Amino acid sequence: MYDSPRFLLAGDRGFLLEFGADIDPEINRMVREMFLSLEKMPMDGVTEVIPTYRSILIFYDPFRIKPERLRAEILDRESKLDKLEIPPPETVEIPVTYGGDLGPDLEFVAQHNNLSPEQVIEIHTSGTYLIYMLGFTPGFPFLGGLSERIFTPRLENPRQLVPAGSVGIANNQTGIYPIDSPGGWQLIGRTPIKLYDPTRSPPILLKPGDYLRFNRISREQFHEIAGRSEGK
Amino acid sequence: MEIFEVIQPGAYTTVQDRGRFGYQQSGVPICGVVDSFAYRVANALVGNIQGEAVLEATILGPTLKVLNPGVIAVTGGNLSPLLNDSPLPMWESVAIHPGDTLHFKGVKSGCRAYIAVAGGIDVPVIMGSRSTYVAGKIGGIDGRPLAAGDGLKRGEGKGKAGIQVPSGLVPDYTDDIEIRVILGPQDDYFSDGIERFFTSIFKVSAKADRMGYRLEGAPITHKEGVAKSIISEPSVPGGIQVPPDGQPIILLVEQTVGGYTKIATVISPDIGKVGQAKPGNRIHFQPVELEEAHRILRMEEEKIESIQALTSRG
Repeated sequence: MYDSPRFLLAGDRGFLLEFGADIDPEINRMVREMFLSLEKMPMDGVTEVIPTYRSILIFYDPFRIKPERLRAEILDRESKLDKLEIPPPETVEIPVTYGGDLGPDLEFVAQHNNLSPEQVIEIHTSGTYLIYMLGFTPGFPFLGGLSERIFTPRLENPRQLVPAGSVGIANNQTGIYPIDSPGGWQLIGRTPIKLYDPTRSPPILLKPGDYLRFNRISREQFHEIAGRSEGK
Repeated sequence: MEIFEVIQPGAYTTVQDRGRFGYQQSGVPICGVVDSFAYRVANALVGNIQGEAVLEATILGPTLKVLNPGVIAVTGGNLSPLLNDSPLPMWESVAIHPGDTLHFKGVKSGCRAYIAVAGGIDVPVIMGSRSTYVAGKIGGIDGRPLAAGDGLKRGEGKGKAGIQVPSGLVPDYTDDIEIRVILGPQDDYFSDGIERFFTSIFKVSAKADRMGYRLEGAPITHKEGVAKSIISEPSVPGGIQVPPDGQPIILLVEQTVGGYTKIATVISPDIGKVGQAKPGNRIHFQPVELEEAHRILRMEEEKIESIQALTSRG
């Protein structure tokens, strides 16, 4: 963690407020606190804030606030963060059906790590994962906390179509595909929960800075939950 | 009110407005028009003042049959617009009538044209915007580009024909493009690379779309010993990534996260100029300080305000 956050220019309407150089839960906690503070008590002239692993991208309207003043106000806010009431992070449970056609790479992940598929599921569902940030596609979580016992490289040839809800592993990361998209992650299961639903309020299920756990469910439960959300 | 029937959609025509704000923290990109100056002027000409949606046509424009009376304005790249086979004046508001056909003969200059209609293109507002986001399947017409047979509605709005942008305010879209940038956020990953970046001429490759423009030129090298990628972070429209191969990519409006170093960021008034570049065009970058960028932004705003004043006077 830096002693004092760095300001990096990102064009004429934005800058990055960078708290540290690494992927680290402590640095991300600072990011979350500053982000929530800026959401709860918006600063005049700040138009949008985006939390990341280790920084916040701050968009501002240069007709409403001068960059020097914004910088001073941000530093002032940062120095008072510990006096702020920040709600503790929540933990979201994501039901997943592992293996079979819903998780076609489960066997490979097991073999690659000299484990049985059951052990892979056991390890994957026992972790608590920090949602460092969302991006790439709407609601895609960048998660930290995967056990190195199930690290697995990406597919050599990415799939043209990974169905929405697919849960995958790529090297030291695990994640969930919110929409149908091409992708190279090893798919171990699928959730019937929609991470992204433009007709729902809010459209995005997960929030950066919260935690996530995977719960194993049966195929029957998968279809029941999927059917319920379709019928809505 | 039904305004157009899409006879042919053109190469890539989408409904866009200013963009979708407030969801970037969730990985939903801004989208919206690429050339914001041309878009705002088109709306101003037809009397739209609330960030109404327009059509953004790319290289080959659409063929649209007019179903009801209205007032339109076409701005941006010159894709040779025709109204019933007569050239349609650009940067000017024009009355259209049922039975008219608006079509485009081919690109003369620039890359993207904007078709505004008084009252705006009326599609449902999704997550605060009418902008089409094709990967996210939202906005516009079912979250996709126009297709033959689509019907387009317009909102309430009268507009007035015959309002022209003074010729001095009409941009000149050339094949040699000067783009002004602010260094950063990761300019400290480069040393000699920065000089090369500002002295080289880059060619726009065939991989150029609303997500980003890949350029080709003398490779920009990173400093000895620094990482060539960074921890993934959100991207700003206009951010210029330099991947390990040294060939820059200018990120545009449908990008949210990237893990490559960004040497510089295009100032917002010049993002539209990037979007008006075609494959094969040449780009040269020029550095400006933040203060200068804000002065340019102010001048841009004054131009638009002077055009808005033309319609409010009428």
